[in-house]
Amino acid sequence: MAAMVPTTLPFTQLRKGMQARVVAVSDDSSEQTRLQEMGLTVGTKFRVVKVAPFGDPVEIDLRGYRLCLRKTETRNFEIEALD
Amino acid sequence: MKSKLSTSFDLGARTPSKGRLVAIVGNPNAGKTTLFNSLTGSHQKVGNYPGVTVEKVSGPLVLESGLVDCVDVPGLYSLAPVSEDERVAAEVIHGRSDDLGQPDLLVCVVDATNLERNLYFFSQLAEAGHPVVVALTMVDRLAQQGKSIDIPKMSNLLGVEIVPLVGHKDKGIQDLKEAIDRNLENPRVPNFDLGLPDALETKVAALRERLARIGADFSKTEVRRALLQPSEEFESFLRDFPEMQEAFDDARAQLGQEGILKPTLEVATRYQWSEMIERAVTRQEGPARKRSRTDVIDAFLTHRVFGLVVFVGLMYLVFQSIYTFATPLMDTIDSGFGWLKEFVSPRLESVPVVQSLVVDGIIGGVGGMLVFLPQILILFFFIAVLEGTGYLARAAFLMDRLLGWCGLNGRAFIPLLSSFACAIPGIMAARVMPDPKSRLATILVAPLMSCSARLPVYLLLIGAFIQPKFGAFWAGFALFAMHFLGLIVAVPIVWVLNRKVIKGKRLPFLLELPPYQWPKWRDVWLAMYFRGKIFVKTAGTIIVFMSILIWGLSYFPRLTPSQEAQVTAEYQAKHPGADEATVSQHVEEAQLANSMLGRFGKTIEPVFVPAGFDWRITTSILAAFPARETVVPSLGIIFSLGGEVDEESGNLRDALHEATWPDGRPLFTPWTAVGLMVFFALCAQCMATLAAVKRETNSWKWAVFMFVYMTALAYIAAVGVHMLGKAFGG
Repeated sequence: MAAMVPTTLPFTQLRKGMQARVVAVSDDSSEQTRLQEMGLTVGTKFRVVKVAPFGDPVEIDLRGYRLCLRKTETRNFEIEALD
Repeated sequence: MKSKLSTSFDLGARTPSKGRLVAIVGNPNAGKTTLFNSLTGSHQKVGNYPGVTVEKVSGPLVLESGLVDCVDVPGLYSLAPVSEDERVAAEVIHGRSDDLGQPDLLVCVVDATNLERNLYFFSQLAEAGHPVVVALTMVDRLAQQGKSIDIPKMSNLLGVEIVPLVGHKDKGIQDLKEAIDRNLENPRVPNFDLGLPDALETKVAALRERLARIGADFSKTEVRRALLQPSEEFESFLRDFPEMQEAFDDARAQLGQEGILKPTLEVATRYQWSEMIERAVTRQEGPARKRSRTDVIDAFLTHRVFGLVVFVGLMYLVFQSIYTFATPLMDTIDSGFGWLKEFVSPRLESVPVVQSLVVDGIIGGVGGMLVFLPQILILFFFIAVLEGTGYLARAAFLMDRLLGWCGLNGRAFIPLLSSFACAIPGIMAARVMPDPKSRLATILVAPLMSCSARLPVYLLLIGAFIQPKFGAFWAGFALFAMHFLGLIVAVPIVWVLNRKVIKGKRLPFLLELPPYQWPKWRDVWLAMYFRGKIFVKTAGTIIVFMSILIWGLSYFPRLTPSQEAQVTAEYQAKHPGADEATVSQHVEEAQLANSMLGRFGKTIEPVFVPAGFDWRITTSILAAFPARETVVPSLGIIFSLGGEVDEESGNLRDALHEATWPDGRPLFTPWTAVGLMVFFALCAQCMATLAAVKRETNSWKWAVFMFVYMTALAYIAAVGVHMLGKAFGG
């Protein structure tokens, strides 16, 4: 069986329970660097724990802790879904 | 420099032995404040760092070798700061803070369950080149996950001493104190190789040296960040030094050719390092729990339906408590000040000016402010508990979408909801917001929420003009609408503020959701104690001053004895058989009409006529600017009932009904009553709030701005209501 080709998607496509990995980050502004300083570096795996009642923000589990961020403020992240 | 801090400790004869300074630093939620409270107890001093709104908390730390100063540095995720808190923290760490000087030792708090991100910060701290001791927290929670940390190995890899702190046991605190003592004696500066490319590191070292030669002290981390990710601030600094500019340009060009001019390179490398350390020192010893306690709780508390239900229920409980529990305490304070007035008043009878100044001005003014202390303490009790358990972060998570669209964020809900009780604790609660832009916007609209001091005005006017004419249903609706009005108006105002008034970039909304835990009661009590202390201090300074000012304006000039006799005679001629109390109330009214405030009211009456207010209402409004709750007593004085009235007073209602314009038209229609209520709902009539805004934003600019915009808004709205009334023949 051929290996599944991972598809990249924007943060906005994330659903509850998804496992994902950061593939690329396109913005270099210092505000965006902060997201990486929180641990969302390229290659980091994370799990979507929950989506807030009104669709945003999302809670993710990464590096052993829980971070809440807005989908709308992570447009420059490219994500691949893992299974 | 350090002596300035040491002399500020209130410890009597005990003075710090050498003026040494220990700074507690680390990530937010790592247990920093709990550790600081355990180390210093209640001998803390809370102030502000000069020129900024960041809170400075310091206290004495008793060691074997003597006393040292200890400062709780604001939590930070990175030494490349993005918020004001972080900027101040970075300055303290680098020894650039004017009033602290270079700390002799940095105690870095590291959360054992969150090593990768905590060590990311540690790796930056290490580069600052100062002695560090690591305090490892949450070790017991790590054990619950079936894991342990090899402390000697970790100490070896990081090059510093590591002290594990187990739970609330004082054993770890004692160990840490001993370690601080040892390290003050024999400091250890962490030293390890991060694994950044040599090509980059040699350039960073060379540039740092050149910067040092022109007297600019930058850390390695800062130079590297400036090189890889040009910031406006640093580039404008470079423009003043063309040679440095050239050196940076050259270095960037070369790094670009080698393909390592990537801002994310540094971040990624540090995380690779921290992952490596985490793998090397953490051992999985037993089975991990399948589902953590936090996940079990969160399945319910952040559930899209139950979560919201629980949230609404909890908030209802909080605000109900603020009203119910605070009321007896507020009554006690009220009657305490009432007793004080009665006690003092006869003793000053011989000098009426002093009597009135002390009784009406000072005791009345300060009492009117201190009566809010119970509400503030109760609110901060709940905030401290909700924050200590980790629920506050969940509530912000639930609310973010609702508040986010107009430019606020989830953290604004506590300050705004609190403001329905009183804007002052609400404004103080805005400290939970790290993004200065959202925080300022929240502070500026918080007083639009209808606070409990507006309630008496609503009750009086609704009771007098709405209920008799339209019935209980519309009376209830009017009360609800008055409370809703501020919230409705606040939304477009935030929207405009964020686009036109408040400058600066907004930070992305990032919120850590820490594991649930029991609140630490010591932290809760200390938080309440310091909030209360700050509030009382404001009441004791600015409020006394403003109260005296307003008292003076409404007291002077006095009628001469002959004028007073004339007023009395005229009144008695018109109302034969009036009792003495009624006559003296009438004289009081004449005195007020003659005072500067009364004359001012008459002068600017034309301004308020478009809103349907005469000089008497206008004067009441003016007298209520220091504190809106004084409007009912001042309406009472002006409509000749004496000062001792409240909203239940039937006589005042009748007096308002009977009041007429000079031409005999009734002064109050239901529309006038609604206009006056709308005016009170939107106007910034509370100098305690303005003082709180000044304190929290560290400038009078925003206090003045708030006063102007709210007053204008209130005026326009009141005129609008009056015009509607005319159009509908009200």
